[in-house]
This record gives sequence, structure tokens and C-alpha cells, in this order.
Amino acid sequence: MAHAYTPGLRITAHTQLRKERRLPLKGEVLVAVGDRVHRDQVVARTDLPGDVVTVNVVNRLGISADDIGQYMLKKEGDPVAAGEPIAETRPWIKWLKTVVESGIDGTLENISSITGQVILRKPPAPVEMPAYIDGTVVGVIPGEGVVVETAGAFVQGIFGVGGENWGTLDLRVSDPSQPLTPALLGSDCEGKIVGGGGRLSYEAILAARDMGAVGIIGAGIHDRDLCELLGYDLGVAITGTEEIGITLIITEGFGEIAMARKTFSILERFSGREASLSGATQIRAGVLRPELIVPDLDAPEAKSEAHSSVSGMQVGDVLRVIRAPHFGRIGQIAELNTELRKVESGAHVRVLEVKFEDGSRVVVPRANVELIEE
Amino acid sequence: MTTVPTDRLNVVIATDCGSTTTKAILIERQQYEDGPSVYRQTYRGEAPTTVEAPFEDVTRGVLNAIQEVEELSGRTILDGETIISPADGDRGVDIYISTSSAGGGLQMMVAGVVQAMTGESAQRCALGAGAIVMDVVASNDGRLPHQKIERIRQLRPDMVLLSGGTDGGTVSHVVELAEFVAAADPKPRFGSGFQLPVIYAGNKDARSAIEEVLDDKNALTVTENLRPVLEQENLGPARHVIHDLFLEHVMAQAPGYRKLMGWTGAPIMPTPAAVGQIMQTIARRQGISVVGVDIGGATTDVFSVFGKGSDAVFNRTVSANLGMSYSISNVLSEAGLDNVLRWVPFDMEEADLRNRIKNKMIRPTTIPHMLEELQIEHAVSREALRLAFLQHHELAVGLKGVQIERTLSDVFDQSGSDETLIDMMELDLLVGSGGVLSHAPRRVQTTAMLVDAFQPQGVTRLAVDSIFMMPHLGVLSSVDERAATDVFERDCIIYLGTCVAPAGTGRAGDIIASWHLSGDKVERRSGSLTMCDIELLPLSEGATAQLSVKPEGSWDVGAGPGQELTTTVHGGVVGLILDGRGRPLSFPDDTAQRRSLVDSWIRALSMYGEPQAI
Repeated sequence: MAHAYTPGLRITAHTQLRKERRLPLKGEVLVAVGDRVHRDQVVARTDLPGDVVTVNVVNRLGISADDIGQYMLKKEGDPVAAGEPIAETRPWIKWLKTVVESGIDGTLENISSITGQVILRKPPAPVEMPAYIDGTVVGVIPGEGVVVETAGAFVQGIFGVGGENWGTLDLRVSDPSQPLTPALLGSDCEGKIVGGGGRLSYEAILAARDMGAVGIIGAGIHDRDLCELLGYDLGVAITGTEEIGITLIITEGFGEIAMARKTFSILERFSGREASLSGATQIRAGVLRPELIVPDLDAPEAKSEAHSSVSGMQVGDVLRVIRAPHFGRIGQIAELNTELRKVESGAHVRVLEVKFEDGSRVVVPRANVELIEE
Repeated sequence: MTTVPTDRLNVVIATDCGSTTTKAILIERQQYEDGPSVYRQTYRGEAPTTVEAPFEDVTRGVLNAIQEVEELSGRTILDGETIISPADGDRGVDIYISTSSAGGGLQMMVAGVVQAMTGESAQRCALGAGAIVMDVVASNDGRLPHQKIERIRQLRPDMVLLSGGTDGGTVSHVVELAEFVAAADPKPRFGSGFQLPVIYAGNKDARSAIEEVLDDKNALTVTENLRPVLEQENLGPARHVIHDLFLEHVMAQAPGYRKLMGWTGAPIMPTPAAVGQIMQTIARRQGISVVGVDIGGATTDVFSVFGKGSDAVFNRTVSANLGMSYSISNVLSEAGLDNVLRWVPFDMEEADLRNRIKNKMIRPTTIPHMLEELQIEHAVSREALRLAFLQHHELAVGLKGVQIERTLSDVFDQSGSDETLIDMMELDLLVGSGGVLSHAPRRVQTTAMLVDAFQPQGVTRLAVDSIFMMPHLGVLSSVDERAATDVFERDCIIYLGTCVAPAGTGRAGDIIASWHLSGDKVERRSGSLTMCDIELLPLSEGATAQLSVKPEGSWDVGAGPGQELTTTVHGGVVGLILDGRGRPLSFPDDTAQRRSLVDSWIRALSMYGEPQAI
């Protein structure tokens, strides 16, 4: 296969990128092409149908389903209020009357003469879609959402949890291997996205959250710390909806690991700037990785998103080894071997030779590297 | 594309459009001297699937994969973006066929009145059609009405199968389910502008009421009741409707599929349905019982065909979150750390294992570089396969497929529905497929994973799908069964050998059976099998031998407790395995003893030693 390797994460100080902001259901778009939008500005809105409540009227009144129409006080489509009678019996002796009341405010949606069931629906819940990033509207999807374009720094992480957020980026360490510890986190974290170098500990994440940080970025994490943070063992990497009070992004992977120098230098350079981040990760089909975006709308137009997966690997390309025994190390492609080579596991696989920053060279399976993309 | 009569079918191009890769194979009829012509798989090509952005057109990947076949074979198949047909010399093909699981396959929600009855029948129906069942909603599933409605709304299935009530039975309960579906108003996964397909296959007396409730909001199709009477299942008609709707609604909404459907000479099948088709074809033609497994990155499918002739029962289950990459972390959490670690023959910290598994989850395309990593993946795969097979046991129960009657006493005795149809002593052939099994560096590793996870009893032949072409052959069998079985026998299946495993339990070191092996091309041998031991005897591919096994005491090798069995055993690329570890497999509690025992099995089979000649 022509492209049998892992496309890398995008890490760039300046690029042009677009974000689609789409409602879960059809609704109303509030901005137009050409509008400048702010990250917390609502660009589209809709109403989610309210929850439903079922009331078994025939059981409550002791009647047969066929006769339900005779006992209903409300008809389909009528508004109802909590405590308001919706059906009742009409006995000769008034005090023997049985009344069924609505338990909610809403509308009566359905009366079934087969099941004797009445369905009430609560009022719709509004859903508002913010712009998420500062930028310009470059496209409108009628009734569904918009496309916002911005220019700036873009850092994809390998894994994240928690939804979209924004705040001031604040890198609090001076070395890519220096972890963020609770001692480095004070009350000045409030509303910020705090960053560190090495592995993030459970204690550091909790400290950041307790100090009011909206996001936290680090190189690695122990799986057991993630488990503790979430309160369950994550089985499949589909994230982004966790309600843990902070958005977390890991740039390298699980375990004790330093941040790639390039990633670190971008965080360092843009520390103090306003940024947006999302922990949403979905590995399967249409890979979605967590991201940090630092918009810079006044910068000259950058080159648009181009993936090296189109051009393939070249000697000299910078890569990261993504599996043991050299997991996390950064190097350059020294040679692209074409023939299959037997590796220690006994498998015959396509390999390449990597030259690390210290000058050492090793052979690794091509499947076990990812390009660090510009 | 025009189809040609099957007697003139000489060249076939087949593709399987998977979630990540589109695989193309070329099949050609070859004439051998002094013999009949046979179909052989000759070339294969693959390319990334192009359903997602930036291409958003599945045909792009199909053309790329076919181009690779063209380059390797020297045959001209494409004229621009058109498949040349029929074949003429070294140009063109007679038919193009395809399967698809791109975009996550076919995802369904099913509903039935009683969970253990129509709910279970509906589930079997959808699974047999190749779907992933996202949830089973039933009147008695323990959830409150609003919880059911909320759940139905949250799911975004490709279609809904609504069943319930025998003909002439309950109307109100099944209409109530329809009301829940209507109130939830679930949206289809693809195509916001079209109505969600709902299939009604329940009580025929409720049809008009169901139409009244659902017709306005959904694309409703009414078909025959899948449980017309308590004693009978009738899954065929609903399965056909699922396949039709899969093509009309789901496939037609996926990018490029409308064009692809115009190219194929037979309907595109969901990949698991095609694999199920070839399993059934093989079982029927050879008159054997078969268990097959396809372990992927995200899901594991298990297929079984038990029973002979018209009594043969096909079952399929899919374990949606048991897999070796995307879902590998879920295997660890479902199986538990101890169950994975019991297969690992070296010392390992829990934290280290957890981090390694998670790193595989977030970078699913990486492969083991070191031997230790390979052994960890093989340990996880044993547990994924074991759990998937357990789930299969739970659903392959009770009613025996289409039009097969149960006795009334079975119906009133609900325990009958819990009895599994899987009989490991009766099993003739166990077939493995999927990356971790097909691409294991040594075939003996594949053999060991299958035996450890499925624990076959008695005498069972083992095989592996060489390059994952069962889906292609499944859809081919719907066009030309002979062509499909020719290729299956000659190119698809690699026979690993035979496993002989007496069933029973005992103490380590006990003699559990004596055996004697003879044959024209085998060295005459005999010996005894000891509890906890496993032994590998050479018996090459294509060779057969006579094996007599006399079990001790209550041990059973297929002829009954303590009864001698004499049978023909088939060789393979691995050989004949005499498995004296008992059933079910058990492990010492002490870690050091357990590790030493597992290590002795690895050494007995030379599992990770010097590469063998294959």
C-alpha cells in the first residue's frame, strides 16, 4: 500500500485553518459570510425537542383503551401545565371522580386508543453553538451551521478529555521534560489553559481544576490517573463529553514522557495569548484529535492545511517513534528501506532507519513512526 | 455493469471496502492439464478507503486498489474510471462484486415485546443480516418509558427493526413500542434530509396501527412476522428487507456508493453478511459444523454453523467493543487485568501494561517491534476471542433459525432458550481471520491463540484465512458457489492442523489418555498424554493419519467418557496438537507456578522460537 504509515499530528506556529460549527439538529444560523466572530459568540441556535413523559391514562382511570377519547380533557397539541387535569372520569357521584393530572409543563403530543397511553412533551431545550475560535465566517450551511476560518498556531494532541473551552495560555515550566506540579499552580490559574512539559499527575490536574483553570496540557499521563480522573476505565477512545470541570490534552501518550521540543517551543512562544482548546478525541474512522488553537488574525495569510500523507515519507523528514522500544524519541529519517526486514518480534515488515538527535541510528517498523508535520 | 452467465465467468474482480482499507482480489479460472478448470485467487491490491474527507467518494479507493491489481497482474481492468467487461484475453473482467463495512458498517436498533423471545429473535435477525445491534428495547427490559424514549433518541441507528407479538397475539404492547419510536423521533446517522427506515416484522394484526403511528415520520417497511408463533422463527424475510434497505438507504447515503452500486454485477453486501454466507456455504458443501471468528481493530465477529443438512443453524454475533486496536483498552477492562496477565510468561507491572494498552488504543496502526510486545498483544487477543465467543454462546441459543420448530414443552420451559447450540465436541472446523491471527509471525502462534481462546474439545481441525478474502468469497458465492468454494479451499484457507483435546479435569501429572498414530506418510508413533501438557506432532499440510485415542476414566475425546476414539486426522502447516490441559483450562493461583506452566506450553509448541518453514 502506498501510504502504510501513521500520518502525524499537526503542530505548527502559523497556519490557516477552518472549523465547521454544525448544530445537532436543523436550526437557525445567526451570522453571515464575511462576519468577524468572537470565540464565545453564538453563531447558530436550535431547539432540541423536550423530553417526554408517558402517562398510562387507562390504567389510572380504570377504563378501556378504546374509550380513552371520551375521558380526555385535552387533545393532541394542547399546552399543559404541571398539576393541570388532562383526563377524568365522570361518575354520578362527584366525589368518586378520578382525575389524571399532567406532571409537567409542556404539550400533549399523543393519545393512543390502542395502548391507552398519553405522551406529554416538555418544552424544547435551546442549544446554542458558539464560534469556538476568533475568526471570519467563510461559509454558511443553511439551517445547520457555519464554517469559521482563522489563522494562527495549531497544536494537535494525541489524546484528550473534556469539551471545548477557551482562555489565556499559560506555560508554567521551562523545560519539555519538566512536569506541571501542584506547587506551580496557584489562584492565578483561574480562567487559564495551563501547560507543563512531562507527565501530568492526577494531583496536578485536580490542583489546576480547583484553582479554576479551564484547560491543562502536558506530554503524558498514567492510565491509572486518567481512570481516577474519569471515575471509570476508558474502553474506547471516543471522548469530548466528559464533565470533569477541565479540558485535558496529552501531546505524546501514556506513561512517563517528555514533550516534543517543537510542541513545547510553540506553547512557550504563545504563552500569554488567548487560545481555544478541545479535548474531543475519536480514533476510529475520520480520526479526531484534541487541539489547541491560538488565533492570530492580524498575521499575514498562512499556507493552508497540507498533509504530508499526500506526498509520503522522505529521507530527512522529522518523526516521532510511537512504540517501544524507542517510544517518544524524535529523529530524522536516515534511510527508507524498501525490502521487508525481520524485526525482533519475528514479523517481516517494512522498516526505516531513524537518526536520533544524539546521532544514534536504529531500524524501526514504518508503522511505528509518525511524521511531525509542519 | 452487465453481468455474464456464470458458465462464462472466467475473470472476477472483487473488493471489500473496509473502514480503513479497500482490498481488491483478482480471481481467474485456470485450466490444468488433464483436469477440470478451477478458480484461483491470483493477485491482490489494496488502498486506503476514501469514504472520509478529503475524497468523500468510496470509488476512489476502489479504483486505486484495482489499479494495484492491474500493475501486479498485467491485466487491463480499467478504462479510465470504467471497469472493462466482459473479459477478452488480458483485458477486462466478467464481473465486479463488492462488500462494504466502511463508515462503521450497518448499525441497527431492534425492539421486541418480550426481551427473551421476540427481542432475542429480532436481535438474531439483525445480527445475521450483518448488523451491529446498538440496543434491544423491549416492553419488559426494566427501563421506564421515558428512559426507553431517551435511549432511542440518543442512538442514531441506520435503521430500526420493530418486532413483537405472535400473529394474533398482543397488539397494544407492540404499538406501544412503535409509539416510543415515534416519540423519540431518532435521526439517521447519514443524511439529515431523509427519513429513518423502520422495518416492522411483528404481529400482523397490528400492522395498520403501526402504519398509523409511524408512517408519517419514518420510512416504514412492513414484512412478515419474524416470530409468527411461539414455536417458530422466520428470520429470512426481515433479513432480506434489511439488505434491501441497507442498499437503498444506508449505502446510497454514504459518499460515492450510488456510483459503486452501478458498477457491481451483484448487490453490495455488508462485510459480515458476506463472511456468514461463505461460512454457511462451506458447512453445507462439506457437511460439517464450523465456528469462524474475525477479529478486527474495533470489533470481533463470531459465526457458527451447527447441525447437518436442513437442521443446520447459522448464528452470528458481533462484539462491538472487543478488538485489537481501537477497542483494545475495552478488552482489558472487560476481561480484567488478571485474565490478560495470566497468558504473559514474564513479570510485568500493572501500570506498565495499562499504559502500553492505552498507547495502542490511541495509535492503533502500530505493530509490535519487540517479542515481549507481541506476547502482550497475543495475550490480549486470547481474551478478546474468549469474551467474543462467550457472547456468541449467549445468543446462539434456543430457537433454531428459520422455520425450525421447537416442542411445546421447550416453550413453556424457558430454560430451553438458554441452552447454547454451540457444542465444542461436535465442532469440525475452527477458522480464524483478522490481523492478529492472519498476520502472526508464526502460524503456531495463531494456532495457540485459537485453541486457548475457543478451547475446542475432541478432534477439531484448525484453519486461518490467509489474506482476509472471506468477504469477497461470500459475495462471490451468491453469484457462483463453485467459484467461491474453489478459491476458499485452494487460496483462502490455510489449514493449521488438528487439535485433539480430551474434555475433563484432573490433577497435574495424571495420565489422561493414551494414543496411537499411524498412516502412509507418517512416522508410526504412540504415547500417553499427561494432564497440563501440550504436545505438537509433525503432520504436514495435505497429509492424513489414523489416530486412536483411549481416554482414562471419565475423560472424553468424542466417543463418550473413557471410550476409545479412532479417527482420521488432517495435517497442516503447524501439525497435530495433543492438548492435555483439560477443559476448561485452569491456571495455578501462584504467579510463579502459573508463569512456569504458560512458559512450558510456549516451549512445547516452539511458539516464539526460531522461525519455522511455512
